[in-house]
Amino acid sequence: MEYKATRDAYGKALVEIGIDKNIVVLDADLSSSTKSAEFRKAYPERFFNIGIAELNMVDIAAGFALEGFKVFASSFAVFITGRAFEGVRQSICYQNLDVVLCGSHAGISVGEDGGSHQAICDISLMRSLPNMQVIVPADYNETYRAVLALHKNKGPFYLRTSREKSLNFTTHDFEIGKAHILRQGIHACIFACGPVIEFALKAAQELDKEKISVCVVDVSTIKPLDTDTVYNSAKNVGHIFTLEEHSIIGGLGSAICEFLGENLPKRIKRIGINDKFGQSGTSADLFCEYGFSVENIASKIKKSLEDD
Amino acid sequence: MKTKELEEFSKTLRKAILVSLNAAKSGHSGGSLSSIDILNTLYFGGVLNIDPNNPRNDNQDRFVLSKGHAAPALYVCLAYKGFFDKDLLYTLRKLGSPLQGHPDSKKLKGVCASTGSLGHGLSQAVGMALALKLKNSPANVYCLIGDGEMQEGLVYEALMCASHYKLDNLCVILDFNGLQIDGAISDVMNISPVKEKFEAFGFSTYEVDGHNYDKLLDAFERFKNTKNSKPFALIAHTIKGKGVSFMENKYEYHGKPPTDEELDKALLELGVENGI
Repeated sequence: MEYKATRDAYGKALVEIGIDKNIVVLDADLSSSTKSAEFRKAYPERFFNIGIAELNMVDIAAGFALEGFKVFASSFAVFITGRAFEGVRQSICYQNLDVVLCGSHAGISVGEDGGSHQAICDISLMRSLPNMQVIVPADYNETYRAVLALHKNKGPFYLRTSREKSLNFTTHDFEIGKAHILRQGIHACIFACGPVIEFALKAAQELDKEKISVCVVDVSTIKPLDTDTVYNSAKNVGHIFTLEEHSIIGGLGSAICEFLGENLPKRIKRIGINDKFGQSGTSADLFCEYGFSVENIASKIKKSLEDD
Repeated sequence: MKTKELEEFSKTLRKAILVSLNAAKSGHSGGSLSSIDILNTLYFGGVLNIDPNNPRNDNQDRFVLSKGHAAPALYVCLAYKGFFDKDLLYTLRKLGSPLQGHPDSKKLKGVCASTGSLGHGLSQAVGMALALKLKNSPANVYCLIGDGEMQEGLVYEALMCASHYKLDNLCVILDFNGLQIDGAISDVMNISPVKEKFEAFGFSTYEVDGHNYDKLLDAFERFKNTKNSKPFALIAHTIKGKGVSFMENKYEYHGKPPTDEELDKALLELGVENGI
């Protein structure tokens, strides 16, 4: 299997859609990291570096969108959703503008830079804004297809990408608002998003050996939530889990709990970052430390079944 | 309109501001009155090239009210320019009205960008100016900021960017009335030196009495004729509450509408009849 970073797909897809002269791309001095630099190399006249001024970048994105351009603006997830939050709210979402905000280096897997740079509440911040649609692709392929879809559909969008290479395994088409069942299962269901889905799939494989059958759903659009797929996947299993490289507060886990709580009340267990900040370390060490190991996910599911 | 007509018309606009604020029973009188002569010059002095029937045309000028709380000043100009029925001014700040407490581009024709949270309007204006340059549009972007607004750090990110990208199609106008909600700017958080700040950020600057129509018309003419790869800052010295004696230079009227009695008194001073 190949390992590729989702941020690389962002850069590649931007070059692909860049033939559309209505697209402009902005970055805040991180274009080589977010990979928007690929677009800059191909279409320098439609790339604008705004410098280390993320809030200004987001408002400038709004200005371009008000003039009819399709705007892609990127920075680290922690900055574009946190530092620039007010611009995202006041200028992008309040005016419902056709802007794609790409937050790269999301989650703890950014690793050694430490907790200051690890976005763990970006999904919750973006999800709570009216008009904002939130996309967290599972892998390189899905990210690439997502960017093509975001080009064709009207924003605002928040697209979350990662620095680290991760398993590139999806083959399905991407459609905004559509979740994908990656494998069926009758005992438990994991709703997951982002590259950590790899761990959910591996945990499910482990549990196969013990005759525990686990369904894994790739919820790559967190908002609007694919409520049909979530409902149908949840209704026949007794044990429901969510998995995300994000705080358990406000992200995918919350979205699933909110929907099922009102429509199909069941016990749901959220696996994610337990209301604490990250720290420095390799991404592999951090995944273990914060409970994302395949063993931990598998044991949580097993324990839940045993406790039943 | 020429200077004399603009001066005369400013009374109508001031009246409409006060009447709409009185009807709303809330809103910002002081900053609307300090900026109305600037807006009158832009909209009715032949500065802005705009067509109410086709406001988003690439060749038309943009105006962004970054100090969004002066919304009544913008609304009366748009109404008298023919963007919408003047009767709508009576619905200011009321449920369902397109005349929101702060300008909303989605709800009201003629509002180029939603503003209100300070600083964002200027950055959006920079984005618009960049976009118009990319389209090779001859249009200019005018953006009115407040002096209190210059306490927001975002303003300086925007100024830096405007200069970096040589946006000589951008005219930033400072409504320099010297007062903010909590008192005098110089007491709350001093912003001086203002001219030097703009110049340090690479702007051409020009200072003017923001209530003198001859000077304002001349200043905008200078902007249009100064295409030197630099953005332009017009520092307009104004009086908060200008035109209504008991509101002038009173920070207490920053966020206060006129009562019925105050409205009568103000209209008497302006020498105009009630009604829009």
